[in-house]
Amino acid sequence: MARMISYKQAINEALDLEMRRDPTVILLGEDIVGGAGAPGEMDAWGGVLGVTKGLHAKHGNRLMDTPLSESAYIGAAIGAAACGMRPVAELMFLDFMGVCFDQIFNQAAKFKYMFGGKAKTPVVIRAMVGAGFRAAAQHSQMLTPLFTHIPGLKVVCPSNAYDAKGLLIQAIRDDDPVIFCEHKALYGSEADVPEESYAIPFGEANIVRDGKDVTLVGYGLTVPRALAAADTLARSGISAEVIDLRTLSPIDWDTVIESVENTGRLVVIDEANPRCSLATDVAAYVAQHAFGALKAAPQMVTAPHTPVPFSPALEDLYIPSAEAIVAAVHKTTGPVKSAA
Amino acid sequence: MNERIKPVVMPKWGLSMSEGKVTGWLKPAGAAIAPGDEIVEVETDKIAGVVEAHETGTLRRVIGAPDTVYPVKALLGIIADDAVPDAEIDAYVAEYATQAAAEAAKEEAPRYHFIDTPAGRLRYARRGEGAENVILIHGFGGDLDNWLFNIDALAEVASVYALDLPGHGQSDKKLADPSLTGLSTALLGFMDALAIDRAHLVGHSMGGAIAARTALDAAGRVASVTLIGSAGLGPEINAGYTDGFVQATSRRDLKPVLEQLFHDPETVTRQLVDDLLKYKRLDGVAEVLTALSGALFAGGRQAERVAEPLAATDVPALVIAGASDKVIPATHAQALGARATVEVIEGAGHMVQMEKAGRVNELILAHIA
Repeated sequence: MARMISYKQAINEALDLEMRRDPTVILLGEDIVGGAGAPGEMDAWGGVLGVTKGLHAKHGNRLMDTPLSESAYIGAAIGAAACGMRPVAELMFLDFMGVCFDQIFNQAAKFKYMFGGKAKTPVVIRAMVGAGFRAAAQHSQMLTPLFTHIPGLKVVCPSNAYDAKGLLIQAIRDDDPVIFCEHKALYGSEADVPEESYAIPFGEANIVRDGKDVTLVGYGLTVPRALAAADTLARSGISAEVIDLRTLSPIDWDTVIESVENTGRLVVIDEANPRCSLATDVAAYVAQHAFGALKAAPQMVTAPHTPVPFSPALEDLYIPSAEAIVAAVHKTTGPVKSAA
Repeated sequence: MNERIKPVVMPKWGLSMSEGKVTGWLKPAGAAIAPGDEIVEVETDKIAGVVEAHETGTLRRVIGAPDTVYPVKALLGIIADDAVPDAEIDAYVAEYATQAAAEAAKEEAPRYHFIDTPAGRLRYARRGEGAENVILIHGFGGDLDNWLFNIDALAEVASVYALDLPGHGQSDKKLADPSLTGLSTALLGFMDALAIDRAHLVGHSMGGAIAARTALDAAGRVASVTLIGSAGLGPEINAGYTDGFVQATSRRDLKPVLEQLFHDPETVTRQLVDDLLKYKRLDGVAEVLTALSGALFAGGRQAERVAEPLAATDVPALVIAGASDKVIPATHAQALGARATVEVIEGAGHMVQMEKAGRVNELILAHIA
């Protein structure tokens, strides 16, 4: 029986279930309780968009409102993880990672390697990503490529509520540091989500639509955009396969390569800026490992190499659209479907 | 409405089905139709299937267009005698109100139920009001929706229950004792909780072995057994299937495993694979499946045989197998010898009750009558 809940509720439910299952799971972040000690804290907001709402009432002081110092509490979360806890730190916007890069890149990501595999760092850093929220250039970036670049970090970006719950549960149970990227434009999107706990393994892309003429690869918000593009393409006789990477590190190359071997065409969609992005990464990997299967040059649909504009009209143009994806597909097929 | 005119409508397979796609007609307009004839192929997001005729006549109108989606109860075609004038048929088609019919179908849709038993909270569906009770018991890794083509047909004459066994479907994901005796005890606990004193047990695969075990241990509570593609009748089982099902964690790995269930591998839709992956990811499921396959099917051998002791009883038994079953050999269906009514159905694999639902339903109805 279908039980439709939102992406935001799915994340809340994953946190709640894991806190019930494992007493070492704790939450840290700015305003995640909603003002500890203040009147009304039991029903307070729970984070800037209310993702952790209600968890304080259920789990009490296992949620900690932190000072407005990302470098302090991200460091504290990583230290707690190294000492046996499973902290989930909420960083509000991924854009704020800049002040805690040392803790993430040089500490959390390196412990396992530098201590010969004897240390584990089971920390999850949750943060909102992406544009479309009218929040301007410092609160709207898709910085997934920065973290994907660092060995020792796992990077996750769900595209729907079902995946959000299962991937977050896996992230909390995982013994490595995980950067969990929540697209704020998807918080309201609903899916059929089981009430029970379940974990989706990392490194397993999801083929969300079967097709035979072109492979569309995306993650996060670009997945629903790619699906919309596939609907449009179907009306002109082009059958598009849509792959949701789900986890960017580790990444499921096999599914991408197998798909391109069947379709012969690749369009990668990435909301990040174009240079050194998931788009360039996937396009290069496919060009190197499946060159013989390609019937046309791989295409990339990305944001431009600019900050995210505050002008709503420009911001809408900034994010990869279904129309831009369709146009990129036509570059691989020609305007009319080829005889192949 | 005109009783000489029989509509062919979009069926409702399972509680969640609201629409389906016509994929192709198996009979042309003008064809003579007999009960049981396969008329039109329909695909839902869950499963592909065939609409069978229930009456005799001529396929006078083909209305449902291939590759088009229709709501449940939409008019797809018309069967009528040659004697019925075209004008009457045209009038019937013009008056047929799909929307109202679909609404009615939605309203009558029964819900799933849950009941607390000693084996945990179990989900079940219940249909029909007949005096006889029928309990449908799915197999290893299955759930009550494995009976979606059977439950309504049987509910016309009986009170039919289909349950999710412990660790399966939406029942609690725990299983204290993974032996047939443990599963049979769970089944009897389910019957106790619902105050079902005595029932006809219809089991598929592992569910067949559970039905047989229950008939041996609690004979007074079992009116008859129907064993479909049943475990417990022979020595071997396809370990590639049972182990593959336990181990697969991705669509790529699971799909070829599931294709072994059917005569026609095309039956395995993306949604079927997705639904099973979602089930397999739930906490506790991997442990339950590992325990069951270890206790019952280790190394491709069936640990428990029920055929010989069952043959020594007088419990009425019907044994059905798909001729091209790739999981449990169809030859096992002969294990009870002349003690049982045996039918091996051509063109069906392990999921014979889905692939040849019409014939399986006829056999069960005759068996429990």
